[in-house]
Amino acid sequence: MDKIIIESLSLQYSDGTESLRDISLGIREKAVTVLFGPAGGGKSSLLRCLNRLNDLTEVQTVSGRILLDGENILDPKTDTITLRRKVGMVFARPVVLPFSIRGNLVYGLEVMGEKRRSRLDEAVERSLRQAALWDEVKDRLDDPAVALSGGQQQRLCLARSLALEPEVILLDEPTSGLDPISTGKVEASLLELKKQYTIILVPHSVQQAARTADFAAFFLQGELIEYGDGKELFTNPQDQRTEEYITGRFG
Amino acid sequence: MESNLNWREFVITRAIKASGYSAILFVALIFYFLLKEAVPTLTEVPLGDLLAVRWYPIEDYFGLLPLLTGSLVVTLGATLIAVPFGIGTAVFIAEIAPRWMREILKPLVELLGGLPSVVLGFLGILVLAPWLRNLLDLPTGLTALAGSLLLGGIAVPTVVSVAEDALDAVPRAYREGAWAIGATRWQTIWRVTLPAAKSGVLTAIMLGVGRAIGETMTVMMVTGNAPVLATRLGSIFSPVRTMTATIAAEMGEVANGSVHYHVLFFIGITLFLISLVVNVTASSVVFKAKKRSERVLS
Repeated sequence: MDKIIIESLSLQYSDGTESLRDISLGIREKAVTVLFGPAGGGKSSLLRCLNRLNDLTEVQTVSGRILLDGENILDPKTDTITLRRKVGMVFARPVVLPFSIRGNLVYGLEVMGEKRRSRLDEAVERSLRQAALWDEVKDRLDDPAVALSGGQQQRLCLARSLALEPEVILLDEPTSGLDPISTGKVEASLLELKKQYTIILVPHSVQQAARTADFAAFFLQGELIEYGDGKELFTNPQDQRTEEYITGRFG
Repeated sequence: MESNLNWREFVITRAIKASGYSAILFVALIFYFLLKEAVPTLTEVPLGDLLAVRWYPIEDYFGLLPLLTGSLVVTLGATLIAVPFGIGTAVFIAEIAPRWMREILKPLVELLGGLPSVVLGFLGILVLAPWLRNLLDLPTGLTALAGSLLLGGIAVPTVVSVAEDALDAVPRAYREGAWAIGATRWQTIWRVTLPAAKSGVLTAIMLGVGRAIGETMTVMMVTGNAPVLATRLGSIFSPVRTMTATIAAEMGEVANGSVHYHVLFFIGITLFLISLVVNVTASSVVFKAKKRSERVLS
């Protein structure tokens, strides 16, 4: 079943650059959908439409519809705060907030008004376990989060999204700054998480795309070139440009 | 050619070095001069008399307390006005205003900072003081309150400018991180952006306070200049006299080398020490904050 349906979405930034051109795409529930392609293809722009983070940048025009559970989230009446809790996001560079480890995790819940200590502690442990970080930090939850290593910070960011119990998780090159071991841990977490969550991943390499994709969409200069089952698309691409990109002839 | 280049290098290096050292030299000279003129006070006037509550130099009453409290009341009032207003404005400019408005507002605020204080004092006498008198039904509008309001206005541009720079330097990623987990704009500003810019915002406050303490012209024009000890909260509605205004008003007519002359320099030293304490406190707070983050990042 499709969790998100994108219908002829176009987006133009205020400086005139067109970032997305007439994209239509269905995102399957409880699976990893990979958006890949060379830089500047519109992958991040698309991700940032899905939680309306683009509202805060200089966007000129957005047209089309994005249906999440049948509701158009591009509708100006959409409550973006609720939306962003439902659609979590992890950025390319880990963004830990200037608090303790625990503070980072409970921040989202606290701003929602959750004050019960037991609920917060429960969310901290659950989300850290889901992000495969619990064993490494359980004894120092009150240390400043910036003291963690890059890989740990990134998993903390993942945990922070998970603490809000979202339905969809957006990951924008979450492993681009990480070593192979940390990358492996994040990918392993994703495999676990897709049983419960709808995951949309912009991978940092074609290899990662091939490793993790249940479904894959290839973007080139703002256009969706090809979309399909992950295995199928990486072994037997239909479009010549897709084939050239995944075999390393450009990009 | 070669030696010519070397020679130029030599002269330029020396010139730069000399101008650097001269700054230190000038500060040292100013301090020496202040001390030299102020120290005789300690032998000429008993300490008890300096701490008395009556300032009437013509009859040798040199009680500094009314001047000290006058400065404190006016500065405190100015701080209470400038800090919330200045930080609010900085937050608005850095976080809320659209780009085009920002590009107008920031230079405007900085222009306000360049306004000569005597002009503000003029406005104070002609507009603010009569208005305050009518509004609050006071015998005179030339009060500590008028001074605080104007000084607050003088300190605001300093606070805004420095605090806005600090807020602007907070990585955009912090904000996006907070937004992405469903924080509202206000929650992001209050819980993430402001704490992240804490040291810069503190510096802004301290610079603003420093500006307010040292300001002379405006306060001399609008505070009424009555050396009355400020003892109650209500003193803000009565005339006061600050240390700076006293020096400015009396230095011109004092006999060179007299007791009164030495006491005025003593007031200068006191002012100097107060702003030194403010500055040292500010930089130690900032330094501590920096050291902590550096330790954490390493």
